Amino acid sequence: MSLALAAVAPVHDDDAAAHKSGMSPLVSHTRPFIEFEKVSVRFGKGDRQVQALAETSLSIHEGDFVALVGPSGCGKSTLLKLVGDLLKPSTGHVFVGGRELGATPIRIGMAYQNSTLLPWLTIRDNVMLPLKIVPPFRSQFRAKRRGEFRDRAEALLAQVGLAGFGDKFPWQLSGGMMQRANLCRALVHEPDLLLLDEPFGALDQFTREELWQIMQELWMAKKTTVLLVTHDLREAAFLGNRICVMSARPGRILDDSPVSFARPRTIDMTYEPDFVALNQQLRRLIVEARGGTGIVQAGGH
Amino acid sequence: MDGIMDLVRRKSASIALIIGVFVFWELACLVGGISDIVLPRPTQIIASLIEYWPAIQPHAAQTLFTTLVGFAIGVVIGILFGVGIGSSRLAYDTAYPLLVGISSIPKVAVVPIFVLWFGAGTVPAILTAAIISIFPIVVNVATGIATVEPELEDVMKTLKASKWDILWNVSLPRSMPYFFASLKVAVTLAFVGSVVAETVASNRGIGNMMMVASSTFNVPLVFAGLFILAGLGVGLYALFSIAESRVTGWAHRKDLAVT
Repeated sequence: MSLALAAVAPVHDDDAAAHKSGMSPLVSHTRPFIEFEKVSVRFGKGDRQVQALAETSLSIHEGDFVALVGPSGCGKSTLLKLVGDLLKPSTGHVFVGGRELGATPIRIGMAYQNSTLLPWLTIRDNVMLPLKIVPPFRSQFRAKRRGEFRDRAEALLAQVGLAGFGDKFPWQLSGGMMQRANLCRALVHEPDLLLLDEPFGALDQFTREELWQIMQELWMAKKTTVLLVTHDLREAAFLGNRICVMSARPGRILDDSPVSFARPRTIDMTYEPDFVALNQQLRRLIVEARGGTGIVQAGGH
Repeated sequence: MDGIMDLVRRKSASIALIIGVFVFWELACLVGGISDIVLPRPTQIIASLIEYWPAIQPHAAQTLFTTLVGFAIGVVIGILFGVGIGSSRLAYDTAYPLLVGISSIPKVAVVPIFVLWFGAGTVPAILTAAIISIFPIVVNVATGIATVEPELEDVMKTLKASKWDILWNVSLPRSMPYFFASLKVAVTLAFVGSVVAETVASNRGIGNMMMVASSTFNVPLVFAGLFILAGLGVGLYALFSIAESRVTGWAHRKDLAVT
């Protein structure tokens, strides 16, 4: 069972080496895995029309961990929905593996801020849900649900510290535990791309930091390509290999910079000068993007 | 332990209330000298229940049969329509006004029409029970399905789940609490439907038995019929309540969460 999990890892071995030496993984010789080419998104019609995303271009390479930050309502989630094929661009193109989105079927895992675990299923069954839907697991689900797939779900749960919780129901777990299970569900079908929309946003700081570490471990083990939307700058700098800063609505990419801290990163590192400096720099960018000092906004003067 | 004591206290209170009502009824009739042609005492009703049981029993079976068959038809049609209407925004917006319109018609008013089409007997009773129980089910199932969280749907869509996958794995299970809530309402309504139809146009069933009994001024037997109906209604309600807590316990046990 763990064979299947390990199978994807070797492909990215040189990447792993690069991270350990603190180098940025940005240097890639292949065509980007995901490419946004002058993508814009508009909602509504006529006078009511809202431009959510201005012409945006962005490339994501295989094995990248891209963190998207920006002021609220800037279209971060819109970008995520575009890759997930939940939304069609008004203009421009999204390419996956060099072909138009949809032409190359890729496996996507997704996790939202509020855990979208199904309350009528046990944690284990929740984690196994993608295996029930996504080919090629889909056709084997009946045969393997009590064997291999079950073991795979349990192994993942153990990896995030939820061993023994498989038989519990979501409402019997704390928020942090639910989010861990949520991550397991997003990863169980070995996605090519992981989309995270503020997955730790609703958690308290300590739980959040705990989950950052778990997320980092999971990523280091599998090197799944990740697109993380967050408004927590420390989170972006802790988890990302790249941080993309978006402007206020209509959103576009203002800044795209690599994060080269060596992995595994620790929470203590986030208080070191380099890390703090990066955070301050990001913060300045976002405050500018919001169009002001960030203080006058609320009440005028 | 407190929970169990609390449960016992609540249950015993409601049992005491029921017994109290009957005792009050009995005493009021005795003290007030109310004739049993107007309002028989509970003891008289129970006596006539026992006395006429061989005659009552086939009628009760008939009513239970028409109600359950009608109810089953109502459930099947209700689920189909509910899923159809709930699955599409367009269908929901289009069909909802019509549904509200139809459901505000007193369904018993259509009994004469059914009698006209199908003749007196079992069929109008079944159809009335069916039509009266469809609407609460349609509305509830549609609501349950239409209110699935968009994030949940997004997660399923990124997995490339088909509409059917989403319906089967998310929408239907999610609408179960709504469905069961409507079943409890619908099954009691189904009794109303079948009994009214039997009263108007049938020679069998509790409704008909009560009609015949009242025409011969056998008032205790009329009330015995009411008791039977109440018993059947409560029994089915309890049955669906148990099924509900088995199937949709997840929706009611939030208070046990660790958080």
